[in-house]
Amino acid sequence: MSTAVSPQATPASSPSFFRQALRQKRFSFGFTVTVLVVLFAVLAPFVAPFGENETAGPPYSPDGTFGTDYLGQDVLSRLMHGGQSILLISVLGTALGMVLGILIGVVAAYAGGWWDEVIMRLNDVLLAFPQILLALVVLTALQNPSSWVIVVLVGASHAPRVSRLARGVALGIVSRDFVVAAEALGERRSRVILAEVLPNMTGPLLAEAGLRLTYSIGLVAALGFLGFAADPGAANWGQMMNENRLGLATQPWAVVAPVLMIAIFTIATNLMADGLAQAAQKGDS
Amino acid sequence: MTQTATLPDPLAEVAPPRGRSGSTAWALWLARRIGLAALTLWLVSILVFVATAALGDPVRAILGRDYASNPGRVAQLEAQLNADQGIVSRYFSWLGGLLTGDPGTSLANQRPVAELISSNVVNTLVLVLLSAVVMIPLAFGIAMISAHFRRRRPDTVIQTVLLALAGLPEFVTGILLVAVFSTSVFNIFPAVTIVSPGTSPWDTPKGMVLPVLTLVLAVSPYVSRIVRSTLLEVLDSDYVELARLKGVPEPVVMRKHALLNAIVPGIQVIALQLAWLAGGVVLVETLFSYPGVGLQLVDSVRNHDVPMVQALSMIIAAVYVVVNLVADVLSILLTPRARTAISS
Repeated sequence: MSTAVSPQATPASSPSFFRQALRQKRFSFGFTVTVLVVLFAVLAPFVAPFGENETAGPPYSPDGTFGTDYLGQDVLSRLMHGGQSILLISVLGTALGMVLGILIGVVAAYAGGWWDEVIMRLNDVLLAFPQILLALVVLTALQNPSSWVIVVLVGASHAPRVSRLARGVALGIVSRDFVVAAEALGERRSRVILAEVLPNMTGPLLAEAGLRLTYSIGLVAALGFLGFAADPGAANWGQMMNENRLGLATQPWAVVAPVLMIAIFTIATNLMADGLAQAAQKGDS
Repeated sequence: MTQTATLPDPLAEVAPPRGRSGSTAWALWLARRIGLAALTLWLVSILVFVATAALGDPVRAILGRDYASNPGRVAQLEAQLNADQGIVSRYFSWLGGLLTGDPGTSLANQRPVAELISSNVVNTLVLVLLSAVVMIPLAFGIAMISAHFRRRRPDTVIQTVLLALAGLPEFVTGILLVAVFSTSVFNIFPAVTIVSPGTSPWDTPKGMVLPVLTLVLAVSPYVSRIVRSTLLEVLDSDYVELARLKGVPEPVVMRKHALLNAIVPGIQVIALQLAWLAGGVVLVETLFSYPGVGLQLVDSVRNHDVPMVQALSMIIAAVYVVVNLVADVLSILLTPRARTAISS
């Protein structure tokens, strides 16, 4: 799993990198399915047969495509409404985690020495928490967590993992000739990082972002499944599993349908991330 | 949902002291490694305490709407949490209690935390160890089959399936297993672990099957993928080529040359996954109502039971730190190159 960048690497311009990734069968399959799921989440609420909290029949009845849930709401409509929030929180959380992690990792690699040591030690402390644990510990003392709290928690739990990778990749770059040359020319440090170091990290970082997105969805759905969703009444794939669990024997679709959505989506994003990782490795050699 | 951090290299992590004789160098390395683990745990304790006691107001969270109307209960809870003292002194009295084996009293049922937790710790350890015992040979076996058929049909199929499984959150696998094996399709295994007082979950082995299977499916894919890529690397090396040219049969090459060399990277991934399991049990135990620390943690977070959450999260973090420590020591012991690097 070496992500070291070899000296011949040219700055990976995004379009050609993307084209190279598309040549991977895994990536193109994962990417297509991901886009389809996102489209479903964004567009489906407009065509859903019932409203988000509208009662369609008796609880756990087999009416409609997937039957009804514990309150008698139409499962298919809940499924159509329940994608947006989970996807939005996951994407925002991933973005936050990536930005924080890259910042910490690149600064550590670039500063080197004592700073690097301290930053990475503190990073190890955060790594001692499984991701879900970090979220749960903070949720203990909060009364009603808003969606933003969950975004921040998802981001914060990703950041140490991203920064570890970002530091590794950046270490291979900061000592290369063009960075040294830019420094010798008297460029400001922030400019060297933004213009010289970061553009050369796109490949591995994109792959990491894909992987982080997979985990974000799992994490957000897990929090919903444990009953810590921000809005208890709203439809949400994670929460749907939680509220309908007791009816699993009588009306399995109310649980299995959101589970399958999450399964399809995480498998797709993971395949996409793997394709990106392979493309990044090929671009290096 | 398996953790895919890049594997730490135990040699790079802790630079071996140079220029000292064997046993002194060893002792120094070990002391430094244990010191680092202790430092990490201490910082973890600060983080846990700040997150639970300082970020929000636990008393307000526990009482909800009663906060305004019930000043007596507010005062009682605040007294129990020592809310009148400063955060620093509260931290140190908590840390002192933790170190002397008294992590406080549960807010939810007013019993000592240590007493409430102890049996659940054992239950979780059994669950995790059982999963590891199933997972390790399984992952190595799959990796060996896959490496044997490298880049041919069986290998690609196995790798694609493993990759798909690796991305699945564990509770998703768990729910699908429940849906298939304990409800409509086949009714073979119970969906929840039922434990009557005085008995253990493993007294009904059938109830253990699905939780263990879920954990195994969650961690095996990643271990298997790493071991396979190490095996492939070794199978391409010169000494394996030489062994083949000498006429050593392929199964022996795989067993003696490739597998033994894959053990050290294997230990590192297994450690990473075992450490991950400590957190992964949270969801799996909740799903199957398995009476372990994970289920207890979720219940305590729901009840805003601060002392319980603090103790439980310290246990989980400690497991992570100790497992990593053991893995580092084992990898050094099993790598002749690293042993000599330390003692030369």
